[in-house]
Amino acid sequence: MILGIQYIKDSVGFLPFLILLASGLIILMGSAVSGFGDKGRYGSGVALIGSVLALLSLYVLYGLKRNVLFNGMLIIDKFSIFLVATLLIATIVVILISRNAIAKEGAEINEYYVLLLFSSAGMILMVQSINLIMVFLALEIFSLAVYVLVGITKQKKISTEASLKYLLLGAFSAAFFLYGLTYIYGATGTLDLQKITNLVAAGEITNRFYLLFGGTLVLFGLAFKIAIVPFHMWTPDVYEGAPTPITAYMAVGVKAAALAVFLRIFGHTLLKISINWHTLFWVLAVITMSVGNICALRQDSVKRMLAYSSIAHAGYIFVAVVAGSNYGYGGILFYLLVYTFMNLGAFGVVIYVENLLGLKDDYDSFKGFGFRKPIIGLCMVIFLCSLMGLPPTGGFIAKFVVFSSAVKAGYIWLVVIAVINSAIAAYYYLRLIITIYTRAEETNTVEDRPIEGSIYNSIGLIISLIGTLILGIIPYGVLQLAMRAVSL
Amino acid sequence: MIPLNYYLILSGILFTIGIIGVLYRRNTLIIFMSIELMLNSANLTFVAFSRFLGNLDGQIFVFFVMVVAAAEVVVGLAIIVNLYRHHKSISADRANLLKW
Repeated sequence: MILGIQYIKDSVGFLPFLILLASGLIILMGSAVSGFGDKGRYGSGVALIGSVLALLSLYVLYGLKRNVLFNGMLIIDKFSIFLVATLLIATIVVILISRNAIAKEGAEINEYYVLLLFSSAGMILMVQSINLIMVFLALEIFSLAVYVLVGITKQKKISTEASLKYLLLGAFSAAFFLYGLTYIYGATGTLDLQKITNLVAAGEITNRFYLLFGGTLVLFGLAFKIAIVPFHMWTPDVYEGAPTPITAYMAVGVKAAALAVFLRIFGHTLLKISINWHTLFWVLAVITMSVGNICALRQDSVKRMLAYSSIAHAGYIFVAVVAGSNYGYGGILFYLLVYTFMNLGAFGVVIYVENLLGLKDDYDSFKGFGFRKPIIGLCMVIFLCSLMGLPPTGGFIAKFVVFSSAVKAGYIWLVVIAVINSAIAAYYYLRLIITIYTRAEETNTVEDRPIEGSIYNSIGLIISLIGTLILGIIPYGVLQLAMRAVSL
Repeated sequence: MIPLNYYLILSGILFTIGIIGVLYRRNTLIIFMSIELMLNSANLTFVAFSRFLGNLDGQIFVFFVMVVAAAEVVVGLAIIVNLYRHHKSISADRANLLKW
């Protein structure tokens, strides 16, 4: 009885999850009972209102003390609030930019928004969970929704194939993750991450081999979701086959959620048991950056180039993981927020070219884009500069913080390699910028049709643009929030 | 009482059979079945550890894993049916449009 009242009180702590779930169910019920504006017209509206409300509810959560909810299942702390905010911003922008794209792909159905909300709810659950059962459940909640989202344009062969690949490899890696969890449980006798941390810190682990073996398998499972080389092989294929808004969503959301759990499991717990983790992460960071950047050089499809660039960015983020300091972890949170804005912005422009202008996503489609659509062309240039890491954009500050954390920890060579990689990356971003400002022959240009609903796409782009620029010009407030979030 | 290691070795063998199945077989249904085998070997490990540690958390986890496995099958089979509609085959080799 008293426990029940406690649970009702605890529900305030995961209000964003509940709001997303409720709005998803409203759309689902609405479309079952009535047409509910068939073609998903109301679906997108309800989804948008739901995710904005969830973002606003974070204000309530921010006032709460650091608190464990539901008998040690979930936690409410600054770390999770920062990441939940990042995920919700990503969801809002994705809903905005998908409105038109999904219509063109022939999948403008309410279920699309329902799945988007449910996967977003799963990610929120994942960053808030501190029990291994919840971590696994949350991982599967958002993964299952994303498997379907990748294949939602089911009449397209390429999309079906992408979802099959993602499903098989995702389930395969989830099995590794689960098997790793069993051995962590075997070594510690508990599934509570805080208790595991205490046991490791007190040196009361009887069987260190179990813990190392389990930790390695968990690393495999999470590295797959974050797309760390050598677990990245699915990334370009799935990113190319998926509908473009979903590609953007995966690049940002899945990565942020998996990194949150990665930091929770490794950052404060398992890193302490063996010094060799740092060497392993060093190698992973270097090969991830290098493979991502070098493969991106030879791509002709912009979507595929952005897929490889997302692998490279995972490598940059891993530089801070190697550093292993609170400064570095704060840098990771900041990097994820900036990456959300700049990456969603870049994908938003790709969606504009693909769906609103009716072109393909290869470099040729962008020829002369800067003259035909000067404002959106300029936006793309800013997003690419940010991805490259040039000031005065957010990408520069994020890279600066992440790299300087590694310098402070004494990994000079790692930073040298990272900077060389950034220089390589500049080549393929600049190539796209040059293409945008190359005059195209007038013959093959498609006529500009009046576009219905492109206003939503523009709002999404504006949000991304403002985020990218503000985090580049006046980053201190947000940077401080990120730093405070990790100093537990 | 059967020692803990016997269970761990058995579940390790099952897990390895699952990995080999995923890597070696070309039929998507068999691949899916192998993944289920991997999940079940993890269940076996959980129950074994739970029994030997005298702690029920692991056995609770197994119920959740079963539910998740069922949900995964629902989504997976739907995607495989969709693949069959396109290719009139469920062989993983037919999914070859996307290459780097």
